[in-house]
Amino acid sequence: MKVLALSCWLLVGEWRARFMQISVVIMAIALGVALGFAIHLVIDAAFNEFSAASKNLSGQSDFQVYGKQRYFDESVYPELAKYEGVDLANPVLEFTVSVPAEYRGEGDHPLKILGIDMFRAADMSLDLLGISVDDQQMDGLSDDAIFLSPAAMEWLRVKPGDMLQLNVGTQPLVLRIAGGVTRARVGQRVAVMDIGAAQWRFNYLGVLSRVDLKLGVGIHRAAFKEKLEQDLGEYFYVAEIADQETRVASMSRAYRVNLNMLSLVALFTGSFLVFSTQALSITRRQGQFALLRVLGFTQQQLLRQIIIEGIALGVIGSLVGLLLGYGLAELVIQLFDGDLGSSFFPSIQPSLHFDLYAGLFYFVIGLSVTVFGSMLPARSMLRMNPTEGLKSGNVNRAIERISMPWLAVICLIIAIFLVQLPSIDELPVFGYLAIALLLIGGIGLMPYLVAKFFTFVLCSITGIFGYERLHTTTMMALVRLANIPGQASIALSGVLVSFSLMVAMAIMVLSFRISVSDWLEHVLPADFYVRAADSGVAGGFERDEQKAINELSEFLRVDFLRYQQLVLDPERPEITLIARHVDMSDVRKTLPIVGEIIASDQWSGNERPVWVSEAMVDLYGYTVGKQIMIPLGGALYPFVVAGIWRDYGRQFGAIQIQLSDYQQLSDDWSVNTAALWMQSNITVNDANTALQQLTFGNTLEIMQSKAIRDNSLKIFDRSFAVTYLLEMIAVVIGLLGVAASFSAQMLARTSEFGMLRHIGVTRSQILVLLTTESCLLTVLGVVLGFVLGWSISLILIFIINPQSFHWTMQLYMPWGWLMLIAGIMLVSASVTALIAGRSAISGNAVRAVREDW
Amino acid sequence: MLKRFCQYNLRIVALGVFSWSALLSSALFAENQRFAQVSPEYTLLFPRDYGAHPDFRIEWWYVTGWLETTDNQELGFQVTFFRTATGYHSDNPSRFAPKQLIIAHAALSDPALGRLIYDEKTMRSGFGLAYAREGNTDVKLDNWYLLRESDGRYVTEIHAENFAFNLSLMPTQAILLQGENGFSRKGPEINQASYYYSEPQLKVLGKVVHRGKTLEVRGHAWLDHEWSSEILDRRAEGWDWVSVNLNDGSSLMVFQIRSKTGGKLWANATRRDAKGRVTYFRSDQVEFSPKRTWKSPHTKAVYPVEMRVRVGDTEWRLVPLLDDQELDARSSTRAVYWEGAVTVFQDRRRVGRGYLELTGYVQPLKL
Repeated sequence: MKVLALSCWLLVGEWRARFMQISVVIMAIALGVALGFAIHLVIDAAFNEFSAASKNLSGQSDFQVYGKQRYFDESVYPELAKYEGVDLANPVLEFTVSVPAEYRGEGDHPLKILGIDMFRAADMSLDLLGISVDDQQMDGLSDDAIFLSPAAMEWLRVKPGDMLQLNVGTQPLVLRIAGGVTRARVGQRVAVMDIGAAQWRFNYLGVLSRVDLKLGVGIHRAAFKEKLEQDLGEYFYVAEIADQETRVASMSRAYRVNLNMLSLVALFTGSFLVFSTQALSITRRQGQFALLRVLGFTQQQLLRQIIIEGIALGVIGSLVGLLLGYGLAELVIQLFDGDLGSSFFPSIQPSLHFDLYAGLFYFVIGLSVTVFGSMLPARSMLRMNPTEGLKSGNVNRAIERISMPWLAVICLIIAIFLVQLPSIDELPVFGYLAIALLLIGGIGLMPYLVAKFFTFVLCSITGIFGYERLHTTTMMALVRLANIPGQASIALSGVLVSFSLMVAMAIMVLSFRISVSDWLEHVLPADFYVRAADSGVAGGFERDEQKAINELSEFLRVDFLRYQQLVLDPERPEITLIARHVDMSDVRKTLPIVGEIIASDQWSGNERPVWVSEAMVDLYGYTVGKQIMIPLGGALYPFVVAGIWRDYGRQFGAIQIQLSDYQQLSDDWSVNTAALWMQSNITVNDANTALQQLTFGNTLEIMQSKAIRDNSLKIFDRSFAVTYLLEMIAVVIGLLGVAASFSAQMLARTSEFGMLRHIGVTRSQILVLLTTESCLLTVLGVVLGFVLGWSISLILIFIINPQSFHWTMQLYMPWGWLMLIAGIMLVSASVTALIAGRSAISGNAVRAVREDW
Repeated sequence: MLKRFCQYNLRIVALGVFSWSALLSSALFAENQRFAQVSPEYTLLFPRDYGAHPDFRIEWWYVTGWLETTDNQELGFQVTFFRTATGYHSDNPSRFAPKQLIIAHAALSDPALGRLIYDEKTMRSGFGLAYAREGNTDVKLDNWYLLRESDGRYVTEIHAENFAFNLSLMPTQAILLQGENGFSRKGPEINQASYYYSEPQLKVLGKVVHRGKTLEVRGHAWLDHEWSSEILDRRAEGWDWVSVNLNDGSSLMVFQIRSKTGGKLWANATRRDAKGRVTYFRSDQVEFSPKRTWKSPHTKAVYPVEMRVRVGDTEWRLVPLLDDQELDARSSTRAVYWEGAVTVFQDRRRVGRGYLELTGYVQPLKL
């Protein structure tokens, strides 16, 4: 009981004495936990809502049958309905239409329409069915009616009874809004109509996008699946709902994991702050602890005392963090719908749930980081003989023991080894481990490096100038830094971690941005891009329209592009097939090729080339020269991979083929997009007018390539907004760390300053000394942080990005930005030192020294 | 006869589930000239008129009967296939275009169970999965079907959620044309009518899968085939209808349409004796009088389950096989009516077995 009372008394006493520093530590922990928790909650909520919405669209079936192309011939439906073991077959036609331009917004989100057979869908417990209003039950079967979810009505600013104007190819289509949709998710933009009406009105005659199957009682699922797959042939997939979930999850998984990792960085930075503050606190209280030991406290009791302090800090910090995090998540969801600017979860409105397990997880992480940060300095400290501790001047010996250069070197070596390893389950686990080890190793090596560096500087300066000519304060600062590197490096660890992370992120984001910008230049060479709404399975421009566009005299050259979605693996999201003219003599000019290509002269006559995006290499194992099968027009055809190109637009993979090959094999002569190059003597306005004056001009979506580029970069910047925010918070925590450790040091050095003043050093000289010291330290921290950050950026650019998102990029250095941040670091560190120093030397010199005797 | 078309609640079906009954009701009252109209001039022609008449808005084949298992247990059964033209999609080339809907109802009345069990199915016709073919009775809805074979025998197979049956129905008598040579009036207006013929005294053989057992059954059944584009008077509230296979080989069909204001709006009866002589009865010669009512614990509706029926100067008493033969499908199609097997008595003698249909007792007809 007495020990407990003493323990409380010590704790309260210590906290009362160092209220500011304790608050800073708690704040750092809280911020770290809050960020991690908030990000987790937001993306989890967004993901759950997104999955729920996808599940809504897919209903509850035992199996889903779909084709390698998005649409397949409906003749398979009666076969499936009559197939042995099938209790119910539900045909579905799922497609999207682009909405009128005024509702389109930046994201270019189309409206998803489900064409359903309401009798089948109801038996299949599909969630989305039309609800008629005004006793018009027939509307569910009507050939001109469409049902919109509440979110879709709000989006398109319509209500039941209104008419909805859409385009099918270059033809306008008007549908009557007959009512709402059952069980649509909040925010889910979806429309439902009769499957027969949808096929007719939107030009999808004869095709379906999937058939849901419900099996009879007692049918062996695995055997059924195997037999059905065999009977349907390789053009079809038979998937379970679980596969669909995997597919949905895999769409955003890399993004979610990376964002979570990033959010942990703040916590990681915070842990260094705890470490440095606690280390200094323990150093300062060395006398106190020694006294307690002499009075009969055992080592264990002291350690326990320090751990209790750590736990108290951790519990308070983590709890505050959880509350803060929840509030932050709520705010983010209210303001940004949980999309976090990424466009990974478009048009949903997630609702937040307090995730108890995640809460516990972040609480435990926050707590353990704090306890660990407290224990590390305490253990080495306590190994000392108490009588030594009672004497002053031994403060630094304790810290020196923390420095373990060999361990740090091992960390660095392991990190270098780890970056060689491939991803686990498509996640860059080793990349992140390597980054953590780099940081730990870098910090572990700090005291050693600081000592070596400043000894070297001191020696060289004195060697050149001699002691006499060197300024006293500079001299004193250098001598101190060279001989007591431990304290200095503790102060630096915060700076180092936050600066290096910032450098890393800045390099990565800039490299990415410039790469994307270059890529956009490359893939959008034309002046104009003109698009028409899809006309069912076909692209919006049929041959007549293509001819009309080709005949426009304002344009020098016209290229047509045909886009289609393919499913090459039922567990992965759809890939994009792009059919366009590729100049065989100069492929690199058309496509942003990376690496080798098979040149046109190496090409044998009957082989057909494809160029695949980098993602296809990672996800499907395609390599140059490999023969692959591509589904076109309802059958599979062989192609040979002729090259690999970079694609930032389609993370799940894309394939380019010659338009002529496509047309020959699929007999589909429609296209989706026309790329137009203006005649040199034509203005943008003239070109625009010429396009609008086409007979189908008012249904066209005309885009200038510059506008597309600008818009793409805007979306890019927005998707990194969260990254910037996290980075900023890491810096703030780092700076807090600097402030905390400097002020702690200043207090600890009160007697040193008293002594200095006794031997004639003036107050202002001491301040200069402090500023010089902190400047020199920060410069070193910034330089080391830069080296560390640069290494981390290499991991981000060359390991983590390709492994997560399957694209590569070039390295670019944001020098200006780096300089700016370095300057801010330097100034703020010096100012903090100065402020802390002023309070440390404000007292009476005599009293300050007296403490020692 | 008119079956259960009209009494169902036509409120907004808040469930997304489509209400076929509402569809049919709206069809019955719609004055849409796109559909063929009935005419007293028309002569029914067979085998053509066994088959479907897609130009008319609605049509049904309706079979009811009594079955006896090998251990002498009695069961009532009912199976109905409806066809309805939606009037939509006339130009739609899609094979999914819902131009015609096929609807099936099946029910089994088991005294041992104390209530009626029921299932239903609705589909658009197409892809050979659901159809009502012309030229012969050939209606199908997935694996439910009713087919008239070349020897005149009907076969039907039903796979409901809780039961199944597979029955063969052999005619023992000629076709019975209802009304005036198959033109059956349903109200005071001349166009309130349908084409209507019956096949009474069908001999049934087959199997019923029920409560986990496959039972061999035999019995007697009655088939109605009726089609029209509009039938009911707007003042109608519901109807009482009964068909009876009498033990002496004669058959009886009686119906009345009740007015919303109470009383009889229209009635009619047909009787054919064992020798094949047919007698038709006018509205004023037909009278239904309730003898015992039963209050449904499910819907609180009160049905006159025991009736005295007077046709001309003959009187019969109808006693239900079991009271609870109410069909309550409000959770899905909103249909609620009483349709049950009845024993027919004359002077305390059991003279035949039939089926009684009572509609419009839960909610008055609403438009």
